[in-house]
Amino acid sequence: MPGSAIHTIGPKGRQVDPVGMGHPGAMDRAVSIAPARARLDRESAEWLGALEGSGALRDAALGRLHALLLRVARAEAGRRASGMGVSGPELEDVAQQAADDALLAILRKLGQFRGDSRFTTWAYKFVGVEVASKLTRHAWRKAAPGRVEEDWDLLPDRFGFGPAEAAEWEEMFAELRRAVHQDLTSRQRRIFVAIVLQGVPLDVLVQELGSNRNAIYKSLFDARRKLRARLVANGYMDDEARRG
Amino acid sequence: MSGWESFRGFLETDAADAGCGETFRLLAAYVDRELESADAELDYPGLAVHLRVCGPCAEDFSGLLAAAGTAELEAP
Repeated sequence: MPGSAIHTIGPKGRQVDPVGMGHPGAMDRAVSIAPARARLDRESAEWLGALEGSGALRDAALGRLHALLLRVARAEAGRRASGMGVSGPELEDVAQQAADDALLAILRKLGQFRGDSRFTTWAYKFVGVEVASKLTRHAWRKAAPGRVEEDWDLLPDRFGFGPAEAAEWEEMFAELRRAVHQDLTSRQRRIFVAIVLQGVPLDVLVQELGSNRNAIYKSLFDARRKLRARLVANGYMDDEARRG
Repeated sequence: MSGWESFRGFLETDAADAGCGETFRLLAAYVDRELESADAELDYPGLAVHLRVCGPCAEDFSGLLAAAGTAELEAP
């Protein structure tokens, strides 16, 4: 499970405005320090001037921006689609819709552009989000297995335990199951079960719960911390690597 | 990586983790900094932590890095 279990059990994707930007730094505290606002580079200033203007200049800028977004959307859709069962006209449709929706999002949020990046980098962020969201939903609708309510026997396999290793850690998994039921809130438990046991992509769960990625991630973050504390307290895990 | 190592990694949390919302808000600046000098982690340590553990956000980062890195400076 490279990097983190979330890498494996929380596949790609995101819905429109799904991230929960209303809660920046939503872990225990805000920790990222943004550099002071930079002066706009020439290209970014030209983009803002044209898009905030009117008439033919604005229309031309909109057309130019949409063409750029579509180019990025196609590349991003191709990059992400591998193994998702989406290709050909379906993939092109995803790219077209993503470019259209990204343009609307960019125009809606234009006032939020702070100039701490190139305008085009900031704009491409939105098309990436749209591609991911649409592809994830598309792939999940096509390939989602029937949802088994809670199959705890799958848990070792979800983390890559082989049969022998799973047998060795059987008691620990039983303790983990008790901790999920006894220590987590109902929301944390629901999110843990969906993502870890049932393999629901994080961004699909975001849509199912009408939430945002940040809130779901925060709930799972807190759940992970609680579960680890329980396992440490009961001697199944040491506390050396604990950082938060 | 054994199942145990993977499991232990899943349960480890880092209080410096910026979360998805903060990461999305600053991702473009992080990507530009990374393209310019490959040291975005210095200015955005919380994002760096998050991008190591959140698969969906790491995918967003990879895609944006590719898009911004291959595009020439674009003017309207």
